[in-house]
Amino acid sequence: MLAYIIRRIGQSILVLFVVGLVAFSMFRFVGDPVDNMLGQERTQADVERLREQLGLDQPFVVQYYKFLEQAVQGNFGLSYRQGRPVAEILLERAPATLELAFVSGLLALAGGIGLGIYTAIRRRGISANAIMTLSLVGVSLPTFLIGILLIYLFSVELGWLPSFGRGEVVDLGWWTTGFLTVSGLKALILPAITLGLYQMTLIMRLVRTEMLEVLRMDYIRFARARGIREKSVNFRHALKNTLVPVITITGLQLGSIIAFAIITETVFQWPGVGLLFINAIQFVDIPVMAAYLMLISVMFVGINLIVDMLYFAIDPRLRVDRTAGGH
Amino acid sequence: MKTTGILAAALLASTALGASAETLRWARAGDSLTLDPHAQNEGPTHTLAHQIYEPLIIRDVTGAPEAALATDWAPSPDDPTVWVFNLRQGVKFHGGEDFTAEDVKFSIERAQSEDSDMKELLNSITEVRVVDDHTVEFVTDGPNPILPANLTNLFMMDKGWAEANDSVEVQDVEGGETTFAATNTNGTGAYKLVSREPDVRTVLERNEEYWGMDQFPMEVTRIEYTPIQNAATRVAALLSGEVDFIQDVPVQDLGRVAETENLTVKTAPQNRTIFFGLNVGADDLDSDDVEGKNPLASPQVREAMNLAINREAIQQVVMRGQSAPAGMIAPPFVNGWTAEMDAIETDVDAARALMEEAGYGDGFSIQLDCPNDRYVNDEAICQAAVGMLAQIGITVNLDAKPKAQHFPLISNGETDFYMLGWGVPTYDSAYVFNFLIHTRGDERGSWNATGYSNPELDEMIVSLESETDLEARNETIASIWEVVQEEQLYLPIHHQVLNWGMTDAVGTEVSPEDDPKVKYFSMN
Repeated sequence: MLAYIIRRIGQSILVLFVVGLVAFSMFRFVGDPVDNMLGQERTQADVERLREQLGLDQPFVVQYYKFLEQAVQGNFGLSYRQGRPVAEILLERAPATLELAFVSGLLALAGGIGLGIYTAIRRRGISANAIMTLSLVGVSLPTFLIGILLIYLFSVELGWLPSFGRGEVVDLGWWTTGFLTVSGLKALILPAITLGLYQMTLIMRLVRTEMLEVLRMDYIRFARARGIREKSVNFRHALKNTLVPVITITGLQLGSIIAFAIITETVFQWPGVGLLFINAIQFVDIPVMAAYLMLISVMFVGINLIVDMLYFAIDPRLRVDRTAGGH
Repeated sequence: MKTTGILAAALLASTALGASAETLRWARAGDSLTLDPHAQNEGPTHTLAHQIYEPLIIRDVTGAPEAALATDWAPSPDDPTVWVFNLRQGVKFHGGEDFTAEDVKFSIERAQSEDSDMKELLNSITEVRVVDDHTVEFVTDGPNPILPANLTNLFMMDKGWAEANDSVEVQDVEGGETTFAATNTNGTGAYKLVSREPDVRTVLERNEEYWGMDQFPMEVTRIEYTPIQNAATRVAALLSGEVDFIQDVPVQDLGRVAETENLTVKTAPQNRTIFFGLNVGADDLDSDDVEGKNPLASPQVREAMNLAINREAIQQVVMRGQSAPAGMIAPPFVNGWTAEMDAIETDVDAARALMEEAGYGDGFSIQLDCPNDRYVNDEAICQAAVGMLAQIGITVNLDAKPKAQHFPLISNGETDFYMLGWGVPTYDSAYVFNFLIHTRGDERGSWNATGYSNPELDEMIVSLESETDLEARNETIASIWEVVQEEQLYLPIHHQVLNWGMTDAVGTEVSPEDDPKVKYFSMN
């Protein structure tokens, strides 16, 4: 297993390196930051001076090399837009995104598995079919539309929940949390539903299909024949065996919840890294874009690594196969 | 049922207001980029700075200049190259320091330094002389009659504070430095900074020691400023009573906001004109299908294009009435603007005849470069223009891009036909001429991508800088405009209109620069 992990880490570093290279080759198509950084009264001389100082006149490979050189020392440079260290900005913004991702992930997982089991067991019931039909809405409606609809209903018409922002947050020094205040918790509800809805329906459909498959298996029939209680059959015997694909999907989806929180964060003005990234693109804030993309790819690679290792823990057959195969 | 809901919400909102009395919860699309008052020359950044810092001269809600930290100013009677400013006495910075002439000298010199974004407005100042504690003299490189107009966004910092906090240098993003002044403030303004999280929330509190406590309404005691980028969310926040005041109300939501009980939309012309630029100077264009010639070099073609664009249709259909069709590229606030020049005309038949006359009866094709995230409905305006120009045989290929990609085309002269919007912070035509009409060079003409060059006109433009006889100066401005209108380097579209949405409790007019200054606000 150790050799396997080492090999995977090696691959991961290679992936990160390539992601950075691709990102840097794309930046010049995003636009020119110089125009945003200087006022409309700037002269041509200013433009050239600034471009030179920022190293934008150099080929992207050189820019990438310089970025890497600084990044390995933990220095991601200054944001062109805010003039503050990128690392500081990212650390400031990360809690908002991570808390949102955590809550919507939890929502997706709990809701998805629960409803998935329900619709599998009561597969002919009216409510199960209603849930299945409704889940199509979750899969097919674009995130921003769901967000706007929720805002319209719960903020504008009913006035129950805030339409934007994170509410009051408590600063713990290295982390700001919205979990400890009423307004912080209220502010979480709509964005978390918006972000988690797609994942929830996805997990639900997956669990349902897997469950139906497993319930048809012989060992379930034998278990029933042995007179084991229905509850125990469903949850102990059937559910456990549906979880392997669910974990894979959840892991990958957790990555995309964080990475693609961008749209939800923009709709709700959620002060996380996704919103930061959108602003960075509009301003062509290269240091922030570069650091964000690297961070996201580190995360994806990391999550994949963890998911791979979880397989080992959950599915004993993998362990047997690996050792038997002599890898 | 629904009405009761709204009423209840209104009641709730009003009790909430009663409790926190005079808090102004304010949202707009963008946030200030930095608290350093000289680092960025940009709308939202200046707007926030205006609450905390003050310039010598400020523009009030109507855009008229008003005494702020200077009480009066005039050219020196002995020497036309010297401006004498008398400073307000008894003004204190938030930290308790006295505001003196030394601070003015320091602030101007700081704003002139290389990393300042404000330096171009101060080009003409060669020296700042401290006469006594409350008198300063600005020495210019020639008589400069409009210098005061360049000072309305030039904020005064405390010299001692900046020195003590290592902020003498302007924040230098490119050099990898971040300064104390970029995240902390010490101004003389009506509001003090309480807390700030960039892009999230900025809280300000009334400065009870403000020198103008009795002169201005000063009814807002606390400001909570939140950028909300998404237009629909911003409007929702106003509709649901979570904010009291928003800028940038999208035109499609104006009706909705105005119809809601308890909310008002206020509208005023903005100091910004939208127009198309034409590459008239090139021998041949890259983006057209005419070989060896530049169709835009023909005055008849330009005239025809001008006549083909139906500005009223754009106003009604694209802008839903929220624009003022324009015949010149300067908004009505600007010295030199006249109603005759701003008049519009559409005549497609005459335009076709002109095209025929110019030898382009069969038309030609050309690319139009357009931003899609900079001006109100920018891309839709361009689409409308495509259809209108097709009527006279010009096939326009529209290329709409984000502003970060669009503006470099203009800076680098890589476009033949482009959209641009121009605001005039000095309220004087010279600003328009310097950037848009003068031949492109190191000092002037940086936004002139038309390739137009007229040495005679350039001379007249330069002469505006030092002409002290205001009447003669205005005559020169008028004759420059005459040439500009005649040449039609630019096809004006409209002057933008600003919309602010607010609860009935908030009392303010819309300022043409889109920069609310809260000290002028009343709150019921």
